[in-house]
Amino acid sequence: MNAFLAIVARDLRLGFGAQGAMLTTLLFFVLAVSLFPLGVGPEPQILARIAPGVIWVAALLAAMLSLDRLFQTDQEDGTLDLLAQAPLPLGLVALAKTLAHWLTTGLPLSLIAPLLAILLQMDGEAIPVLLGALLLGTPSLSLIGAIGAALTLGAKRGAVLVPLLTLPLVIPVLIFGVGAVEAAAYGLSAGPHLLLLGAFLAGALALTPFAIAAAVRLALE
Amino acid sequence: MHALANPARFLRLMTAIRPWAAGVAVLGLGIGLAWGLLYSPPDYQQGETVRIMYIHVPAAWMGMFIYAAMAVASATALIWRHPVAELVAKASAPAGAAFTLICLITGSLWGKPMWGAWWVWDARLTSMLILFFLYLGYIALWEAFDDPARAGRAAAILALVGAINLPIIKFSVDWWNTMHQPASVLTLEGPKIHPDILWPLLITALGAKGYYVWLLTVRVRAEILKRQARILRFAAATDRRAG
Repeated sequence: MNAFLAIVARDLRLGFGAQGAMLTTLLFFVLAVSLFPLGVGPEPQILARIAPGVIWVAALLAAMLSLDRLFQTDQEDGTLDLLAQAPLPLGLVALAKTLAHWLTTGLPLSLIAPLLAILLQMDGEAIPVLLGALLLGTPSLSLIGAIGAALTLGAKRGAVLVPLLTLPLVIPVLIFGVGAVEAAAYGLSAGPHLLLLGAFLAGALALTPFAIAAAVRLALE
Repeated sequence: MHALANPARFLRLMTAIRPWAAGVAVLGLGIGLAWGLLYSPPDYQQGETVRIMYIHVPAAWMGMFIYAAMAVASATALIWRHPVAELVAKASAPAGAAFTLICLITGSLWGKPMWGAWWVWDARLTSMLILFFLYLGYIALWEAFDDPARAGRAAAILALVGAINLPIIKFSVDWWNTMHQPASVLTLEGPKIHPDILWPLLITALGAKGYYVWLLTVRVRAEILKRQARILRFAAATDRRAG
């Protein structure tokens, strides 16, 4: 457990530091969302209608941004070799690094999303649901994205490849995430969608560490 | 299966299968398509446009079947380090992508007269589109590495992750939006379509399977020879440096 927390803490320090991608990712997210009113026009009804989808799609894209660096910098300076030889199973190492990735991208994205939702005239009732859905959904993005990041270690054009491999796989998160917010905006229960998001996260949490570990081990051979 | 891990033995098997697969492909596609496109009755609702289905449905089946075959081959490659299974998966991907693309194109040609639009964001269409993206990602990953051993195992992991996730994507897309007709060939009460339409459909599908197997015998052979050529080239380069 100590080793797990040490890896999380180390990655957080790196993530928040000057070279970290956290601020850039957040800026990209805010900028991408604020381009939509310029693109489709400022009518409040239209903005309120598209707000859940716009925020979710922007969150998906922003989460992809820093993924290619998740293992790459560690592989370049040899840290990954040491981590692979640590007594901690590689799956848990991968989980720790993914958790740190989520804490520096998914979590801040989710926390700033309600502000953007207000700017997009989203219904007040739906905003807490948006926050909840993002908090449940974005960890799945980090987990599945980490598979893509590990698979493309040392690949040509890895940074472009990661979204190409990952985005088709995270479509369920987008569908249920938007579904929850829209249900709440129409006065329906968001519960089923949130439960499905949670189920997806539970499945991803159980299965993805094996795939990530296999891919990392492959890259170190 | 372990016997087939020997590329030479695998090649002999491929050579033995090839004429049979080619026969099934030519006969199945020839008879099925001629029957379906020329001699089967037009549909009472859709008229002559129903004939698009004789290409659309077998292509859709092949698109999904080949992904399943790819996933099984990838699992075999990862679990038993089976060197030929990896090449079977690699050789399958372009064929699967092509069938999926044919399915998408014929579907959109059929959608224009029937639904009045080239493309609708219907669940079935969208899940085929996602399947097409998965194929493209798989092919791109193979191309992204110089070392074929590394590329092969990475692609195998990706194919397996996709295979586990594909049913989930499919269900989520189904709940999201649907307009396509429900399953009508494989149902509990038996096929719901008339034999005059069903038979040419099934024969074409069989021909498409034969074509896929024939394509595998050609492409896997080419992949094996390419690996051998690579090894020989390295050996020659090493000899030259040593000598």
